[in-house]
Amino acid sequence: MSYFKDIYKGVKTLLTGMSITGKYFLNSRKGALTQEYPENRETLQMFDRFRGEVVMPHDENNEHRCTGCQKCEIACPNGSIEIIWDRQVVPETGKKKKMIDKHIYHLGMCTMCSLCIEACPTDAIKWAQNFENSVYDRGYLTRVLNKEGSKVKAGVED
Amino acid sequence: MTEQIVNNSFKSQEYFVNMGPQHPATHGVLRLILTIDGEIIKNIEPDLGYIHRSIEKMCERDSYQQIVHLTDRMDYLSSHINNEAVCLTVENALGLEVPDRVKVIRTIISELTRIASHCLWWGVMGMDVGALTTYFLAFRDREMINDIFEETCGARLTMNYNIPGGLMFDIHPNFVQRTKEFLTHFRKKLPEYDRLLTNNVIFQKRTKGVGFLSKQDAISYGVSGPVARGSGYSSDVRKIHPYSAYNSVDFNEILFTEGDTLSRYKVRIAEMWESMKIIDQLIDNIPEGDIKVTTKAVIKLPKGEFYQKVETARGELGVYINSTGTKNPYRVKFRSPSLSNLNALKQMAVGGKIGDLVATMASLDIVVPDIDR
Amino acid sequence: MITLSIIKTIHNWLFSVLPERIASITEMVLIAVFYLALFAVIGLYLVLLERRVAAWFQLRRGPNRVGPWGIFQTIADALKLVTKELVGTKRADKFLYNLAPYFVIVTALVSMSVLPFSEQVQAFDINIGVFFLLAVSSIGVIGILLGGWSSNNKYSLIGAMRSGIQTISYELSVGLSLLTMVLLTGTLQLSEIIANQQANGWLIIQGHIPAFIAFSIFMIAGTAETNRAPFDLVEAESELGAGFHTEYSGMKFAYFFLAEFINMFIISSIAVTVFFGGWLSPFGITEGIIWMQPIWFCIKLVAIIFLMMWFRWTFPRLRVDQLLKLEWKYLLPLNLMNIVLMAILIWLGFTI
Repeated sequence: MSYFKDIYKGVKTLLTGMSITGKYFLNSRKGALTQEYPENRETLQMFDRFRGEVVMPHDENNEHRCTGCQKCEIACPNGSIEIIWDRQVVPETGKKKKMIDKHIYHLGMCTMCSLCIEACPTDAIKWAQNFENSVYDRGYLTRVLNKEGSKVKAGVED
Repeated sequence: MTEQIVNNSFKSQEYFVNMGPQHPATHGVLRLILTIDGEIIKNIEPDLGYIHRSIEKMCERDSYQQIVHLTDRMDYLSSHINNEAVCLTVENALGLEVPDRVKVIRTIISELTRIASHCLWWGVMGMDVGALTTYFLAFRDREMINDIFEETCGARLTMNYNIPGGLMFDIHPNFVQRTKEFLTHFRKKLPEYDRLLTNNVIFQKRTKGVGFLSKQDAISYGVSGPVARGSGYSSDVRKIHPYSAYNSVDFNEILFTEGDTLSRYKVRIAEMWESMKIIDQLIDNIPEGDIKVTTKAVIKLPKGEFYQKVETARGELGVYINSTGTKNPYRVKFRSPSLSNLNALKQMAVGGKIGDLVATMASLDIVVPDIDR
Repeated sequence: MITLSIIKTIHNWLFSVLPERIASITEMVLIAVFYLALFAVIGLYLVLLERRVAAWFQLRRGPNRVGPWGIFQTIADALKLVTKELVGTKRADKFLYNLAPYFVIVTALVSMSVLPFSEQVQAFDINIGVFFLLAVSSIGVIGILLGGWSSNNKYSLIGAMRSGIQTISYELSVGLSLLTMVLLTGTLQLSEIIANQQANGWLIIQGHIPAFIAFSIFMIAGTAETNRAPFDLVEAESELGAGFHTEYSGMKFAYFFLAEFINMFIISSIAVTVFFGGWLSPFGITEGIIWMQPIWFCIKLVAIIFLMMWFRWTFPRLRVDQLLKLEWKYLLPLNLMNIVLMAILIWLGFTI
């Protein structure tokens, strides 16, 4: 008698399991979670704080806020940032001041830990929501963050 | 070492088989050298080191704030809890007292991480045993948690949100509401998981009585986490040495005494319910306050040795820092839970069949980057 | 009308043009080519159907890029398999290694030839139809065992041995459950079975309780015959390697792969023919319309295939010893009791 009871109990659990997948099948048209990626690029929006790539925002006069203080270079754990700086004469005061020449960022080595952004005293760098970073040649992954001919915005001190 | 195994095992009908580094059922790059006679396993030797990245050595050249981002990648399924472990060690060594807001938020995010890790474990356990649909259902729920993390911390897997002294920045305004939506959604889904897999007669036949580990063996092999609690050994760090806000919440420690795969499975499912209970108690009363305690820019620990244990989703993680007073640690050692749990695999699976080995390994829930850091 | 007249036209044309012997041989060759084409097309589209149905169970969409609704996906897969290099092991037994896939294909094709797709479309209508099907499906086991042995690979050998045990055990259950239905009709010939159902109603309704039990046992045993989940320990990806077809690549692997889907088709067709009335319409709605008959057959076939796919994506796998225990301790005694029950019901006249 317990033989038949075993069979009955077993079959009942199997049918319960089938009912769950059956329900998913019936609701599949609106329950499908697939996002058809390359076609939905216009509507795809990442969250604000998403860590994609470090960029240095420039305003309309091609000015940025980086003073070349090297705090981000010190904070980076594996050397993904290199700052090339120079002491130049500031026209107004006539004294020599440290100014940035190039801010080199190795996207290939960056671990997206955001210690550099926290360390920056003037908010010069921030996260961009860009995640499509594949390139054909590794050289393209070494980026220079400050653009040509840009200079520090007036009044930014560290 | 391999030659030794080969020479020792060629008696009678035994032959040895590599469940090699690339295999769908070992959760990562783990090589197991099995000695099999027909279908019965006679011996298991794990061969580690395929994903060793010298994390502990790298910690010796980094400063204390920079160590944190390396621990994300050790046990990547409970990355927030790993970060918390290192930050707690440094804070205890410096004698810093973090604000209550930080403690509560750290606890909430730790419990969410635990639920996410157990969700993925459930999906993979179903997949290893043969029910391939469970993988996708589990990932659907995990996506909701990943969205919560992405909105607040900016990253889905390697969060790096803790720093010694507090949190890097404040939580997003939507955090509380999203977490509550997730809890209502997940409360309806967990009973469905039970109906799909736990009560299924085929699954029960596959896991009941398989991979037995007695309580004495669990204590002597040093297993921790749900594996130990499935054998009746009470070892929850959150209860015995509480940290962060675990003093002020009320939850049960789940213990089952059978010691087989099914009881380990049930421990983890019950732990998901308990985590939801903890989050419920904390989510409405996050105290206001600072988000971090300002430390000096260059942290120097006093001379000495410091140790802190936390309970990750896999078991007990211990962080040991030996400092000589300079700005880099002299030696950092992580006591990883997966390595001790893997040790017990030989006891559990020898004498069983190959199919049992797969089910047992799925119930151990090891993450191989945690084993060879 | 259309199918009937085309077949008659071709038949008459052939016999008028060529001398008699050559005409009949040509006719047989044409029928064989037709069945080969059917085999290829059904195999390809069943694979696509499986992928889409699996996706709907798992809250995602299946392949939908290659052609509208992905209908060219399997053709792309087939092209990929054809262009792959045929890698083999060094000390494999060359003759047996090359011979093994052909066993499974020949079995599948021969079984397909006796199935009644409609009143006139049945290639080979012999009076031992059901028995012939069972006998031919036993030959398929040889292909699997040869494939595993000749690969010179211990994992393939383990997989092939497991599969051999599984197949020969479950053939018993398949045979006995079909025998239960033969008790009702009294004949083994497939077209006579359908004629009986046309007169008295579908067999699953005629022999209510024992027929339902026989149907469930047939579905379970049939799924095990074709090595599908939940009985697919043989080719499970999370166990050792890929079972007996580890060492096959390219077109030979495609043969094994297609043969699995065709076996699923054959088991479902047998179920539809014996239990659900073959090409008959329910309640005789479209009784006289000849071209509706294959369509009804296809609708019922798709329903049973969907049931088999539902099994696959819901249940975990059984271990080998549990599989054998299920057969010898549960299914076989139930089957025997069921036959006795059916015999008693027929004797007492309780069938509808």
